[in-house]
Amino acid sequence: MTPDAFVPPNLLPALPEILMACGAMALLMLGVYRSHAPARVVTQGALFVLMAAAALVLLQGGARVETFSGGFVSDAFSRFAKILILLGSGVTLIMSQGYLRREHMDRFEFPVLVLLATLGMMMMVSAGDLISLYMGLELQSLALYVLAAFKRDSQRATEAGLKYFVLGALASGILLYGASLIYGFTGTVNFVKLAAIFGDDHAQPGLGLIFGLVFLTAGLAFKISAVPFHMWTPDVYEGAPTPVTALLASAPKVAAMALFVRVMSQPLLGMVGEWQQIVVFISIASMVLGAVAAIGQKNIKRLMAFSSIGHMGFALVGLAAGTEEGVQGVLIYLAIYVAMNFGVFGCILAMRNKGGQMEAINDLAGLGRSNPMMALALALLMFSLAGIPPLAGFFAKFYVFLAAVHAGLYVLAVIGVLASVIGAYYYLRIIKIMYFDEPAEATNWPMSPPLRLIVAGSSLFSLFFFIYPMPLVTGAATAAAVLFK
Amino acid sequence: MIIQAMAFYLFATVTVASAVMVISVRNPVHSVLFLILTFFNAAGLFVLLGAEFLAMILVIVYVGAVAVLFLFVVMMLDIDFVELRQGFLNYLPVGGAIGFILVLELILVLGASSVIQVPEGMAASPAPPLGEVTNTEALGRILYTDYVYLFQTAGLVLLVAMIGAIVLTLRAREGVRRQNISDQVARTPALGMELKDVKPGQGL
Repeated sequence: MTPDAFVPPNLLPALPEILMACGAMALLMLGVYRSHAPARVVTQGALFVLMAAAALVLLQGGARVETFSGGFVSDAFSRFAKILILLGSGVTLIMSQGYLRREHMDRFEFPVLVLLATLGMMMMVSAGDLISLYMGLELQSLALYVLAAFKRDSQRATEAGLKYFVLGALASGILLYGASLIYGFTGTVNFVKLAAIFGDDHAQPGLGLIFGLVFLTAGLAFKISAVPFHMWTPDVYEGAPTPVTALLASAPKVAAMALFVRVMSQPLLGMVGEWQQIVVFISIASMVLGAVAAIGQKNIKRLMAFSSIGHMGFALVGLAAGTEEGVQGVLIYLAIYVAMNFGVFGCILAMRNKGGQMEAINDLAGLGRSNPMMALALALLMFSLAGIPPLAGFFAKFYVFLAAVHAGLYVLAVIGVLASVIGAYYYLRIIKIMYFDEPAEATNWPMSPPLRLIVAGSSLFSLFFFIYPMPLVTGAATAAAVLFK
Repeated sequence: MIIQAMAFYLFATVTVASAVMVISVRNPVHSVLFLILTFFNAAGLFVLLGAEFLAMILVIVYVGAVAVLFLFVVMMLDIDFVELRQGFLNYLPVGGAIGFILVLELILVLGASSVIQVPEGMAASPAPPLGEVTNTEALGRILYTDYVYLFQTAGLVLLVAMIGAIVLTLRAREGVRRQNISDQVARTPALGMELKDVKPGQGL
């Protein structure tokens, strides 16, 4: 056998990723060799790189392109998710500035690690085979483990980082085992070829394949923190520095969910009967646990952790439908969820007194009088998270439940609606505390201008989404369509 | 053929026996040394399979780096292994049950091994016949061409690990005297010396 002539891979589809990788390395060098205020310059550079990457993603046109022997795919679905991811990382980077400076964490490695984590997420959503899926996931996770422990003098942050690392490594191992079983029983890792094998009606999916599928699903469910793989979420969200929590709750969720959707609906669509029951179960479990367990929480970051578990459950309703409409619902849900999260975490970042950051829900008491604008924004966001019409959160739930009903999953939809009613209790409790409780101490939380802009933007988006939802809905529709061609 | 079979049984027996020793000996240093023996014999098994690249990697990475690292940890850190083992019996029933169920499931999977026949040309990268290309060369041919994307990503993952290790552990310590060569070179007699006019009979 003579080696084939080497054809260089087409780098154009991966241009945003290449830019991100080179940008991250260049900024790392800049940070190391610049002695004066490196963190500031590197952060601005990182924001510029994120924007440039977003522009490149937007410029990439139309059709599905594969490169690197099918390991990398660029299509409407990956572009939709990438824009969301870049937005999520960029906004959290802006939000984190004040906090990092106050807590003496403004080291230049922070933006570099955020960039590398974002790069991993973009690789995840563009994965064209099981190996690139795993590599993207590891790049993302490893950077996030470090970020969670970034406040290294705080015992809680270190504990959060270590917990996240150990459990995350276990989940990666499980996922890798599932992937190796699938490879072992089919002889290929490529999604398109897997789809051809699974789509073949004559080929009965063997027990080994289902075994691999279960392990793969378990690993992915861990990354989106769906029940029963959610144990790490409250502790990590509570212990990690607040900007890192804001990041964890936005961009990585989008990436992991998009990856989940791609794996389930592209290569494994032929096994929909096998995976649907798993997804229905973890969806119901996440919705119910997210709603019930959040009621007793006293720490607002912990509460947001349970809220994110619940919301991932709702998003999974759309995936459980296993249809194009369902995937569209998932994408709309993710976009709205991320937008609402910005505002909530912006408010949490503003909660501080001389002693430092405040995290107890009761600290919000009396906010309605001392800071009416912030209270109004937070109240709007809470109503939206609870899913009260006509706010954005209602439409997010509406699209996924509609898809579930159309797919005949009535029980799932009914349980989902019930869970959302239970969940409304703790969102409304926050509003009650803000407006009707006596303040324990004077709350006067000044917000920096960028933070104010983000909170305002997020709450206005939730309020006025129903007037002009078309760009998001049609964008999600085109993105979902490419998976079901 | 008989030599090959004998070699296989030799390597396999020693692998299993030393693996048992790893978890049963009392002295942790001996345990790590048995682990190294296990790795060497597993490498021997790979060579028998014609996968000499994996064998080399096993020796270089696992024996050369991982096992030596273990040895360092065991010798440098004062870990009381007897105390660590105390909980062993408590967790044995639960752990044993989970392990048993997993083994049972794996046997079921293997028993029903209905490997889907991979259509022609579907396999990711079919291994070339051993006689023509060694597997090190075969891997090298695809690692830097078909899999260059994954190779570079692996590099980035290692970069993140490096940044993480530095960020989480490096501290600028106070009171450390560092050599500053440019300061030393730029030193002039005026900076280094002070001339005092000492009056006779008085001293300083």
